[in-house]
Amino acid sequence: MKLLARLFRSTLGQKYLMAGSGGVLVLFVVGHLVGNLQFFLPPAALNRYGHLLQSNVEVLWLVRLTLLAVVLLHIVMAIRLWASNRAARPVAYASSATSYGASLSSRTMLVSGLVVVAFLGYHLLHFTVRVESINGTPVAFHQLREPGTGYYDVFAMVVAGFQVWPVALFYGVGVGLLSFHLTHGVAALFQSLGGRNPVYAPVIRKAAHGLAAFLLLGYLSIPTAVLFGRGNDYLKHVVEHNARRLAQAPPGEEVAR
Amino acid sequence: MKVKLKVWRQRNADTPGRFVVYDTPELNPNMSFLEMLDVVNEQLTLQGEEPIAFDHDCREGICGTCSLVINGKPHGPQRGVATCQTYLRSFRDGDEILVEPFRARPFPLVKDLVVGRQAFDRIMTAGGFISVRTGSAPDAHAIPVPKEAAERAMDAAACIGCGACVAVCKNASAMLFVSAKVSQFGLLPQGQPERYRRVAAMVEQMDREGFGACTVTGSCEAVCPKRISLDFIARMNRDYGVALLRGA
Repeated sequence: MKLLARLFRSTLGQKYLMAGSGGVLVLFVVGHLVGNLQFFLPPAALNRYGHLLQSNVEVLWLVRLTLLAVVLLHIVMAIRLWASNRAARPVAYASSATSYGASLSSRTMLVSGLVVVAFLGYHLLHFTVRVESINGTPVAFHQLREPGTGYYDVFAMVVAGFQVWPVALFYGVGVGLLSFHLTHGVAALFQSLGGRNPVYAPVIRKAAHGLAAFLLLGYLSIPTAVLFGRGNDYLKHVVEHNARRLAQAPPGEEVAR
Repeated sequence: MKVKLKVWRQRNADTPGRFVVYDTPELNPNMSFLEMLDVVNEQLTLQGEEPIAFDHDCREGICGTCSLVINGKPHGPQRGVATCQTYLRSFRDGDEILVEPFRARPFPLVKDLVVGRQAFDRIMTAGGFISVRTGSAPDAHAIPVPKEAAERAMDAAACIGCGACVAVCKNASAMLFVSAKVSQFGLLPQGQPERYRRVAAMVEQMDREGFGACTVTGSCEAVCPKRISLDFIARMNRDYGVALLRGA
């Protein structure tokens, strides 16, 4: 217990927690992107992947709750550190703040992080909870079923979601700031956990920028492809199929889903 | 050349301070910044005014006593030098120069540009030493020290403890100072017996003093008059983690 108390109280311990939780979240966003890039395969691939993730409720919620705890830890530590850092300089300098070797991303971690949290909230409501009132399209996300398998049609949902250009634009801003956050965050993670030395330092910095660029381009590719028309015909087909399915279904079946 | 100085004047910690503008007499561009302040102070003394209080000692860049934030940068515009090695030739004739004290909660203001840096002394007292028998000097090669370790320890020991890293850091963090002082001992064989106890004690004293945490912006490394590397912070993070696991 003494170890935990020192971990949560010392500035270095809080940085370990910050870096550790950040590292887990980086692994998640990389995995999330690799999974989502199946969007460029035929629709059945993404739908099967969606079904795989959703079908085991116990594992699904274990992962969800773990990620939620990690996100909360990252945010709580960020705010605690921010408060103690501010308290360390009660009187500000009269000269305007200049960076002296500090990158813009390193000085704006809290702001970029908070915008990413706001984006994450929208993203979950949009594609996970599927609140129909915020998706900006007449397509009812809840009713999309893949013709043939009856699995939830993730591919059609993504196409319908990103065909609304303001939504696609907001996604661009969200992943843009996430990548910006990570250009510094990934490099700082190695520093905070002590995994940096004169040999690794330049490699780590380049790898952090490379990873941020990969995430940015990867995540932007999906809404961009949709805006260029990918999946439009498939979406129409799915919507018509669902309309027929719902018309034939006995009353109440959709509610009981 | 002449410059216009905008200097922070404050009688003591309990009295509010303010900036006062001084026009300097004719100056030699090869004067150091501190010599320029001496000239201004002579003039103030002749006029019956209170001279500007500022810290200084060796004036050759090795004692770490001089401080000052000059136009927003600790130790002035040049890299890798202390205020005493900042010369007026780094400025232009007629420049207005803003001079402020180091600002951080653990560095309480004493008077004008003088701040108390005893927090650093207390961190050193907590663990910045090696407990050895002090007697006659040991034979030169009694303890083998690898060349790389000796050089890196020397790089860390180059830290003069001026506090510019704290002054420039957006979080007023003392990590660069503490990491250099932890490493100068931790890299050498003589420092091994107390390695983990030392890092834990020094980091915890640093926290008690109220310094901020490290965001890895790298501005400390950029303004350090001795160019201490950020790598030492990573090294301290590593050692402190091991110390936590060992319960040191």
